[in-house]
Amino acid sequence: MSQDTLFDKVWDLHKVSSLPGGSDQIFIGLHLIHEVTSPQAFGALKDKNLKVKFPNRTVATVDHIVPTDNQSRPFKDNLAEKMIEALEKNCLEHNIRFFNIGSGNQGIVHVVAPELGLTQPGMTIACGDSHTSTHGAFGSIAFGIGTSQVRDVLATQTIAMNKLKVRQIWCENKLSNGVYAKDLVLHIINKLGVKAGVGFAYEFAGPAIEALSMEERMTICNMSIEGGARCGYINPDEKTFSYIKNRLCSPKNEYWERALLWWKSLKSDINSIYDDVIKLDASKVEPTVTWGITPGQSVGINQQMPLLADLSPNDQFIAEEAYEYMDFKPGQSIKGTPVDVCFIGSCTNGRISDLRVAAKVLKNKKVSNKVKAFVVPGSEKVASEAKQEGLDKIFRESGFQWREPGCSMCLAMNSDKLEGNQVSASSSNRNFKGRQGSPSGRTLLMSPAMVAAAAINGKVSDVREFISK
Amino acid sequence: MNSEFISPIGKIKQINGKCISLVGSDIDTDRIIPARFLKCVSFDSLGKSVFKDDRQTLKGRHPFDLEENQNASILIVNSNFGCGSSREHAPQALLRWGIKAIIGESFAEIFYSNCIAIGIPCFTLSRKSIQDIQKYNYHKELFLEIDLKKSLAISKDFNFHLDIKESSKKMFLSGNWDATSTLLKNENLIERKNNDLPYLKFSTDL
Repeated sequence: MSQDTLFDKVWDLHKVSSLPGGSDQIFIGLHLIHEVTSPQAFGALKDKNLKVKFPNRTVATVDHIVPTDNQSRPFKDNLAEKMIEALEKNCLEHNIRFFNIGSGNQGIVHVVAPELGLTQPGMTIACGDSHTSTHGAFGSIAFGIGTSQVRDVLATQTIAMNKLKVRQIWCENKLSNGVYAKDLVLHIINKLGVKAGVGFAYEFAGPAIEALSMEERMTICNMSIEGGARCGYINPDEKTFSYIKNRLCSPKNEYWERALLWWKSLKSDINSIYDDVIKLDASKVEPTVTWGITPGQSVGINQQMPLLADLSPNDQFIAEEAYEYMDFKPGQSIKGTPVDVCFIGSCTNGRISDLRVAAKVLKNKKVSNKVKAFVVPGSEKVASEAKQEGLDKIFRESGFQWREPGCSMCLAMNSDKLEGNQVSASSSNRNFKGRQGSPSGRTLLMSPAMVAAAAINGKVSDVREFISK
Repeated sequence: MNSEFISPIGKIKQINGKCISLVGSDIDTDRIIPARFLKCVSFDSLGKSVFKDDRQTLKGRHPFDLEENQNASILIVNSNFGCGSSREHAPQALLRWGIKAIIGESFAEIFYSNCIAIGIPCFTLSRKSIQDIQKYNYHKELFLEIDLKKSLAISKDFNFHLDIKESSKKMFLSGNWDATSTLLKNENLIERKNNDLPYLKFSTDL
């Protein structure tokens, strides 16, 4: 059993009681809600005649269903309009702070909460969305919950949960030029597998992690769930504190000093005990692209897709299914695979630094005429920063469509969808069958820089060839 | 698909029913219920859309469409079932189709806790046992009587022990699996925690 890790400390601090049956009752410091997984929870409160216990500990935004072309109300999609109306009504009725479209602070919930300074070290954070693990980048313990648990948090500010084990993933050395956080996390999931994290919190540590910016750290923690881990985190440091400083909801004046003092005391002890430790060399990681139907099925850009014989029996099964669905062959190169759609955005890679990196690749270049390319900023704030820097202009001039903020084609709940068996180069997080809106659509996950390179060439390319030119 | 849906409530001690086998690892919640069906403010109509895209692709040959599997209530799956999104819509869709219990090699974590929260016990078995059951079920109808207390599944041809998390088992047997009321019992402790946590005082505007 782990001891004295950040996870242990934060868990113990938030433990309200031991429940009969062996799980713990855990206090949730920050609860984030959005339109998709909350309406039924509010409905359940009504059925049980319960109130929201601490309305000021819940913050809402709208992201999954929002259109990215025309956000004027009512939405063209009647069902989407009903969902945003339900959220507006519930927030008003229960006195919950809501960052709506046009507020200047709307966006993907996991982009918005950090940029508002809501996400802070040492907190427990829950949201009805599996990518809540993102917030672990700040040294908080953050995890996705289902709608019944959203109801529990609304009603009690606590949930029942079994304590997780802790696996440290120690990343030695540094990422090389043209290799990004997305490549590293895809590499980690490939090495450990998509279910290795079940029952674990992942602590990402080591020189390669410390060298990452806060936004890159969010990309890493965001995809913990793709490795099966409900929660991923990184010990906070000076980068963490300076990111939080002077944001809308960050502590101010004497509170800032007190917060800083406490945050600095929060990290895994040097002698802490982990349930498991994995070490890997980040300098060996190449730009990485998925070829299959799970985020674990990836290869380095210069490698071939695996032969079935090289895989374990259990992996062979899903690999065969993947090859059939993707219409690829074992041993085939990923490089050169033609793409139809290029998507930059999502809670994994829709932040300002992601847009900057992609724009740098696209500057003075044109998107292939065979490709439909679009960029969806992660939030209104990301969009306005990008415009100030002229990034929107670079994207537009290259042939990318510039859209309004939202989750968009990461999960295709709005009208941004693949058609037929189109192949997309996507900076999102899931390449599941049908994930991007077409039951036969095919998704290749990669970093935003790699999406930009694929857009220019009309095929999967090594972005390092653009950077060195 | 069962036409009349009654939400599970109270003690769950025994589950009897016909098995439906779904072969495949890493079956994610997007496949169980594609995202477009999440555009709803209640779970009521999800049952008919369970595995919608997989079923359309297989044109009637998907296990959930086969005549012999209609009215089945015990789902047999392989490893990492329910990975991906936290959408409770996935187990809600299965529940509304008629699934009352799931037996698998392993489950994704959020999916598992969603199942427990809505009254679907999830049991685990070794890979070999799951494969044997699925093979048997491929040729023959399989009715199971699951005794939760003994963690035992009894059928005409064979019996086997099932694994279930002790905490989940206790919740179902006692009928205390509606977490909200259990959590609310500790209201004083919750208030105390709310007063004690250092960071809750840091941000004055929250």
